[in-house]
Order: sequence, then C-alpha cells, then structure tokens
Amino acid sequence: MGRPVTDAMLLAAALRDPAGFTETFSPSPFRAFGAPSLSHREREGAREAKPSGKGEGDNPNPWTTLLAMARAEQLLGTLAIRLDGQPMPAAAARILADARISIAGQRRAALWEAEAARRALAGVGCPIVLLKGTAFAAAGLRAGEGRSIGDLDILVPRGALDAVEAALLAAGWEWVKPDPYDDAYYRRWMHELPPLIHRDRDRMIDVHHTILPLTARITPDAGALIADSVALPSGLRVLAPNDMIVHAAAHLFADGDLAGGMRNLWDIHCLLEEFGAAGLAGRARHHGLWPAVARAARLAHALYGTAIPDDWRPRAALDPLYRRRLAARDGWGRPTRPLLRQAFYLRSHWLRMPPAMLARHLWTKWRKGHRPT
Amino acid sequence: MRHVFQVRIGPVGFRVGSDWRAPVARLEDLYAAYPRPEDGIPDFTVRLFAARPWRRWLRPSVTLGGDFVLPEAAPLPLSQGLLAAEMAMNLQMALGQRRYLLLHASTVERDGRALLMTGLSGAGKSTLAALLAARGWRLMGDEFALVDPETGRVHAFPRLVSLKNGAIPIVRAALPDARFGPLIAGTPKGDIRHLVPDAAAIARMDQPAEPALILFPRFGFAPARRPLGPSEVFVRLTQASTNYVALGERGFDALTRLVREVPARAIDYPDAEAAIAEVEALWAGL
Amino acid sequence: MAERLFHAEPAEALRIVPLDDFTLVFHRPSGLTHLVTAPAPEILAILAGGPRTRDALLQRLAEAYDLADPSPEALDARLAELVAAGLVRAA
Repeated sequence: MGRPVTDAMLLAAALRDPAGFTETFSPSPFRAFGAPSLSHREREGAREAKPSGKGEGDNPNPWTTLLAMARAEQLLGTLAIRLDGQPMPAAAARILADARISIAGQRRAALWEAEAARRALAGVGCPIVLLKGTAFAAAGLRAGEGRSIGDLDILVPRGALDAVEAALLAAGWEWVKPDPYDDAYYRRWMHELPPLIHRDRDRMIDVHHTILPLTARITPDAGALIADSVALPSGLRVLAPNDMIVHAAAHLFADGDLAGGMRNLWDIHCLLEEFGAAGLAGRARHHGLWPAVARAARLAHALYGTAIPDDWRPRAALDPLYRRRLAARDGWGRPTRPLLRQAFYLRSHWLRMPPAMLARHLWTKWRKGHRPT
Repeated sequence: MRHVFQVRIGPVGFRVGSDWRAPVARLEDLYAAYPRPEDGIPDFTVRLFAARPWRRWLRPSVTLGGDFVLPEAAPLPLSQGLLAAEMAMNLQMALGQRRYLLLHASTVERDGRALLMTGLSGAGKSTLAALLAARGWRLMGDEFALVDPETGRVHAFPRLVSLKNGAIPIVRAALPDARFGPLIAGTPKGDIRHLVPDAAAIARMDQPAEPALILFPRFGFAPARRPLGPSEVFVRLTQASTNYVALGERGFDALTRLVREVPARAIDYPDAEAAIAEVEALWAGL
Repeated sequence: MAERLFHAEPAEALRIVPLDDFTLVFHRPSGLTHLVTAPAPEILAILAGGPRTRDALLQRLAEAYDLADPSPEALDARLAELVAAGLVRAA
C-alpha cells in the first residue's frame, strides 16, 4: 500500500497531473480514459493527506493542506493556472482565483520595475539582461505563467557596474542600509552590487555581473551569457534558453540552500518543456555547471515528470536527499526536516567560500543573530 | 499544530492553529454562534506558536505566524493569546485580502444602507459602532469594511469588536445583555475587552449593503461638521486602505466610484452622545 | 535641454478621472495612482496629441488653457515630476 504522502510531494503531484489529482478528490461519475499518471501511493496519500507533525488535533480538508503548501512554496499562482477549469470545491476555486489576482499584480509591478530600470539606464549604453521571474514574464514564457515575482534581477557587464550604479542612484534608487561588514563582503566577493531600493516605489533591484559569487569554486562564463543573450522588443534582453536553464540550476544548487527549491525546479521544468534539451549539456559544461543541470533535470523529472533524455536519467546517490530537502514542508506550510535543512544551509555557504573565510563569515553572522530558517 | 479553531466571518474563512489550548478555547467560546469555513477550506491560516520549545511553558510567549507575517512583530504573553489571534487574523486580511477593497473603518447598516466610519485609531470608531448597534443598527464590522469592486456594495465582516480603556465601561452600560470576552490588561494600548456581535449581526453577515455615508469622526473636540470633496476623501481612504495598491485597477474603480457616489463628512465630537446625535441627524438628512 | 522631446504614455495606458480641483490618473503599466492638479492634466492632454519640446509645450499651454505665469523653469519642474512618475518620457 505504501506510506501516505505527507510532505510537499502532494503539491508536486497536483502540478504534475492536475486532472488526475482533482479526480482523486472529486471523482466524476464518468471514468477518465487513459492511464492515470498519479501513482497508487500518491492517490492514497492524497485522500488521507494530513499535516505531518506530532499531536495533530484536526483532520483538515486535503485542499487546505495543498493550498498551505503551495502558498509556502510560492507556487499558489502556478497551482491556480495548472488547476484552472478542474472540478473543485467552490472555496478552493475562490482562493485560487484570488491567487491569480495577486500574481497578476506582481507581474505588472515587476515588468514596470524592468521598464523603469530601462529608462534609468538608457544613457549607460550597456546590455541589460533580465533574470529569473521578470525575464520569464517579459519574454512571455510558460515559466512566467502564474509565477510569483519579487525583486528585479539584472545582469550587466562587469565593466559597466560603476556607470550602472551611478545611473540608478541618480534616478531615485538608494542603498538598503548596509552593515559595513556586509558591504565589504558584497563588493569584494559577491556576484552583484549591494542591494538597491527605489525611494518612491519601495522596490529592490539586484545588479549582477555574473551568476555565481566570485568566491565560488565554479566560474560561469559571464561574457558568453551576455553575448548570447536575446533582445526583446523593449530593448531589454533575456538569457538564451539554455543559459536560462543553466542559471536556474546554478541558483538552485550552487547559490542557495534549496529553500524555495520547488519553485525553482518548476521553472526548470517549464523551460525544459518549452525549449527541450538540445545543446544543453554542452552549454552547461562550458559554464562548469553540468552536474547541477543534470541533477536539476533528474529532480524535475522525479517531481514533475519532465521529459529528459534517457541517458540523463540514472539516479545519483544523493538525489533522494535532495528530494527530501525540496519537499520539506508540512500541511501548515511550515518547513520540516530541520537537520537536513541545516546541512544544506552550511553546504550552500561552503560552495560560496573557501573554508577559512566561511568559518569567519558564519561566526560573524552567528554572533549577530542570523539563523538559517 | 496541537489545537485548531476554524471560523467563517462574512466571506472569509480562517483556521487558527495553536501550541496552547487556552487561546483556541477562548475563540471557540466567543465565536460559538458563527459558521465554519465554506467547504471546510479556510482562506487564511494563522499560527500561534512557541518560537523556542521551552517558550511553551516557561513564561509562555506567543509568536504570530500564518500565511502572512510581519517578521519583526514581537511575541505576546500567553495571557494575551486571544489578542494575538485577533491581531494575526487582522494581519492576514491586511496583507492578503485581494477580492474586496479593504478600508480601515467600522460599518453599521440600516434599511440596506451602510454607514462607514473611518479615521485614525483612537478616534472612537469601534465605540461608535457598538453604541449604534445598541440603538438598533446592524453591526457589519469594526475593523475592516469590505467593498466589492464589481458592485460597489459593502460586505459584512463582523469580528469581535475591540474596545479599549474608557470605551469598555461605556459600551458595557449601553449593551447590558451583550457577551464580552475577558479583560486583557497591560497591553501596549492599555486595557482591551472584546464585544461579541449580537445574533442579528451574525445571522445577517452574508447580506451586503449600499454605502450611503462616509464619516471621518474625531473624538474630544467641540462639535463641528464639514463636508469633504471627493479628492480629499480619495486620499484619506487610500491612507485607510491596506490593499488599495495590490488591487490595481479594480481598486481604482472601487474607490473612484465610492468617492463620486457617496457623500462624506468630517465630524468632531466631544463625547459619544453628541456623536450619536450627529450621526442620526446626518443620516436623516440624506 | 530645450530640444528634448517629451512623450506621453499611450492613451490606453492611462485612466484619467477628474474629481474637483484634482484629477486622478491611473497608470496601467505600473498600477500606480497619481493625484495631479493644474497644469499636469493639461500637459498630459497636449502631449496625448503628439510629442513636443518644452518650448512648444509652454506656448500651447498659454494658448489653449490660459494658464497664468507661463515660466519655463516652472514647466521644467512639472515635467521632471511627470517623468519621475513615469507618466511622461523624455527622449
């Protein structure tokens, strides 16, 4: 029979197979044709879904659990798009409709931030490459549909950084109050300027000159990223599709501690589905990021059923650990598996810095009260 | 979460999970007459939790969590657990409500038409709403007015009415048969007691009303009244709304319609009786 | 500076609702609402007919709207505010 699904694999199942998932909760009198793609274990788990954790006093509606997980993983808008038109309780439909209103607002604000940056940087004359959610939305990609978008991230040539910084400050952006230690760290080692926020609109912009910190042991080819970027009608640019996938994978594994990984992995799923994998392995190797891209593709396949080349499929030993880390969420939207999360947090910093630097940096952060969430 | 409470208030369903029984017991008691969330699926989740395991028992303090949080919010002592739950529910609405335009206002209804009273905290909106309810108006809410952008109507959201300090004895005297929550002393705002809306308010919580008058009351001044032009009302209402910007063009539609169609007055009043008289006079003159 | 052309946002990008002495402008691309007063609504109305230089705008304002005190410096300041708000672009 198998154990019921009590973590965010429930959410993955709903995204992967919306029709099969909703049929489990509101089966229609008519049998659907074709083999269901939800496993038997997932169907049973969906029916019995309860929040994990000790001493649960309630037995919530599985929709409540699903919505809480989606919200915590910032995938509520995506879920709303994926489940559009499926049968579901009226309350769930309303909540998902509200989510669509939210992300439409976020999308508009994000595209306007990009336009405001374009206007401010028009005089600098360097290429401006949009990254992440804003790029997906601006380019009309599937990865942008329903996506929650936060700050604006742009990539510019390293040589243009000073001019870009000056132009943004002149156009109403200002430094987020920096800690003097953090500022020195940022400027010297990170792959971006310290964060800037716009005075009137209260929105942040992150200006990158490469996609991984300079202290990382992997050094992608920033020049190639910019040289092969694609222009949009507005004049702003986005990465070439294979570079988008490489960036998403880098961001997922080598840059972060996997918090929010389910959303990043969904991005990768959408990009692979839209563009396929032709030339991706070669491009990833060029940037030194093939292991990250390969693992991301395997995990996307495992969670979301992404079509990937057969010879990419053999599982590596650590894949199940990554899967457990990604899905570490309970029915109240809380992060679970604290030891595993701690391990990934430490590892993410280890990837960014040489060990001696790491020890000093983490010690300083620890003394100031930072804790991994 | 060890203990769970679920409730529907107007069009919004909540679930509150708590590491302690006491706040949930209070909520169950005071909201006993209210329905549960539609389809058993709440719109918002609130969590009252102990930030460190020992905080469950040692000087127990309640950290507020949920779908929407303010990371810098300080925890409250367990004795103020009911207040914590109410604050957290307010926060979910303030940060997460997208279907209705929210105005920080108290709302009462008569003959299908709604009176909105808005302005700064401490201006007496909750007290006035409670006193008008004692005079036969239907209480629609004391914290948030929900305006439907499609129809322009106001929807009821009758949570427990939060009364502070001097307002408590005044309202208790005016509503001798009403249910009140416990006295919560020593909060940053002083003493707080919650008034449970009456049976009529609960029974009719799904009936919206047409907004007919917007008041900006000021407590503790010599009586005065002044009409307000639409642009001034517009600006003051955006300041009284937590989700105007998030609603985008729907919010713009809702608010421009409101300021163009509904008369607005600023009224100063020295005491509650004068305010009630002023309200009744203005309403009669519509 | 006097040769710069000022462009309005496309008509479908704005919703303009006059109230009393003030006018509301909802800017669809940004989702922001602006509360403006004379001469901003008049400037937007003129630019809706096509881009203008500062001097041409000044002249048209004086002719069409009989606005008092047509000072170039004041107009520069108003235009800078509209550009910062995103309602007007300078090329």
